[in-house]
Amino acid sequence: MLNIKNLHKSYITGANKLHVLKGINLEIAEGELVSIMGSSGSGKSTLLNIIGILDNYDSGSYHLNKELIKNMSETKAAQYRNRLIGFVFQSFNLIPFKNALENVALPLYYQGVNRKKRNLIAEEYLEKVGLLNWKEHLPSEMSGGQKQRIAIARALISNPEIILADEPTGALDTATSYEVMHLLQEINKDGKTVIIVTHENDISLMTKRIIRLKDGIIEKEEFPEMVMAQTL
Amino acid sequence: MRTLLTSLSVFWGILIFIFLIGIGNGLSNAMKKNFSSDATNTIWLHQGTTSKAWKGTKPGRRIRFDNYDLEYIANNFEGVELISGRFWLPYDNISISYKNEFSSYEINACDPDFEIIENSNVITGRFINDIDIQDNRKVAVLGQGVVDKLFKEQEPIGEYIKINNVMFRVVGTYKEDNERENRRVYIPRTTAQKIFNGGQDVHNIAIGTGTTSVLDAKVLETNLRNYMSRRKVFDPEDKKALHISNRLEDYTKTLGIFNAITYTVGFFGLFTVFAGIIGISNIMLITVKDRTKEFGIRKALGATPMNIVMMVVVEAVIITTAAGYMGIVVGIGLLTGADAIMEMIIANSPPDAPVMFRDPGINMGVAVMATAILVMAGAIAGLIPALKAGKVKPVIALRDE
Repeated sequence: MLNIKNLHKSYITGANKLHVLKGINLEIAEGELVSIMGSSGSGKSTLLNIIGILDNYDSGSYHLNKELIKNMSETKAAQYRNRLIGFVFQSFNLIPFKNALENVALPLYYQGVNRKKRNLIAEEYLEKVGLLNWKEHLPSEMSGGQKQRIAIARALISNPEIILADEPTGALDTATSYEVMHLLQEINKDGKTVIIVTHENDISLMTKRIIRLKDGIIEKEEFPEMVMAQTL
Repeated sequence: MRTLLTSLSVFWGILIFIFLIGIGNGLSNAMKKNFSSDATNTIWLHQGTTSKAWKGTKPGRRIRFDNYDLEYIANNFEGVELISGRFWLPYDNISISYKNEFSSYEINACDPDFEIIENSNVITGRFINDIDIQDNRKVAVLGQGVVDKLFKEQEPIGEYIKINNVMFRVVGTYKEDNERENRRVYIPRTTAQKIFNGGQDVHNIAIGTGTTSVLDAKVLETNLRNYMSRRKVFDPEDKKALHISNRLEDYTKTLGIFNAITYTVGFFGLFTVFAGIIGISNIMLITVKDRTKEFGIRKALGATPMNIVMMVVVEAVIITTAAGYMGIVVGIGLLTGADAIMEMIIANSPPDAPVMFRDPGINMGVAVMATAILVMAGAIAGLIPALKAGKVKPVIALRDE
């Protein structure tokens, strides 16, 4: 599914060269539920950007769904992101002046699906996250947990290969965090590959595999007994 | 809110543009109307006094036209299609009466062609004809104003009026838009020469040219001057000896001036629109900055740079077009108001007062042009901000504010 080999990435800041990723080797199979952990400066965000095809890398290789992702034009990268990756963000990143339905349908808009059809599909996914009744509401009228569920519906709508969640519970209280994790576990149970970046131990324990990053390399990997997130 | 305020600048720009163009059109329409009561391709010869010595003659000599000049010009000049001599009656305020009604009017002794030269609209009977001229017939053609005063409701054709105690038979009536020109009496030139001891004297010659070219009219003017200078013996350079007014040239010149005014105000109007565009562009730039995150999110979700650029451009076009259309609507409203006020002023002023302003308006061409300008303006206003938006990195979406 996802295969990273000897991946290097450095940033040039003025005269200094900052070597952020120093040879990452990572393989994630279809249907895995993985968490990536690491303190700030560990290269976690950079790795996430590269996995999400938001940024390029210097050397090594990154295959997603057997396709080499390297040095793409912005346009092509956008098309790959649209097709292969569903993003869930810490701050939800819903578009404030669009209602829940329109937000969920947005990735389909960029696939050129007509309004009627994409709204129909969006309703289906809203139902899946239990918010069909909220389809006309603006993000500002919803709670954090609801917003994140809308965002998850949006991530799922294009039926991507992987769901990439960047600190999905970072802005939520514990109870709501567990609700969101429950939803992500459910999605994973349906067969979707889910990668969660987090710095919270309890969240990482709700995944099947923990990858710990430190100073640009994978320090260690753990395979915990997955804690089922309880809906309280 | 900010967008609303800025769209106000485009609204204002278009409003000014439409208003200025409309005013310009109003001025030239009024000018055309003032001119159009007479034929525009006419040349008028007026007698003058020599101011230069020439071939042994002294300056200060009065130049006089006569019947021979009329005949000669009619037969020997190319481009002379209509010609009428005019004879001034020896005194003003000649009394005209019908039964017990009397009044004094301007009496115009002229030839048949004068009907077309003056654009006199004969409504009943006929104008002066060639037989009247040949036989010195005592006939008169009355303006509607004269008819109203002397005849009231009665049919004037066939009736006799007295001009300076000589009986004239009314053969026709005419009506013009210009009230002043409605208070005239036309009689045959030859009749007037005979009754008022005019001999062969002609005081003024009006020529209708068959051309609409200023250049041709100018050539004819020069030929006429040369002829007169030879026959009356004066320096052809002596402009005071012979006054020639060339209506076609005047008309074309004036029309040119008014068109120039229209273009100039239109040009300034365009600048105002342009200022509006810059305003929109500016605000769009700020908006794009504010919406950086949104563009990042859209890109993360699969929007290509082109998608984003198009989105911003279309937004700009919609804002400017909407604001601009409001401007057009209000502008046309204002012009309609100005027209109504002007109509009221015209209605309340003396009938022969020249009209300065009439039928301001925007024709279809200007409206279509304004629309095209709006769409282009929007596209231009949106372009720079859009390109900036297109360059937003999708990584932004992952950053926390």
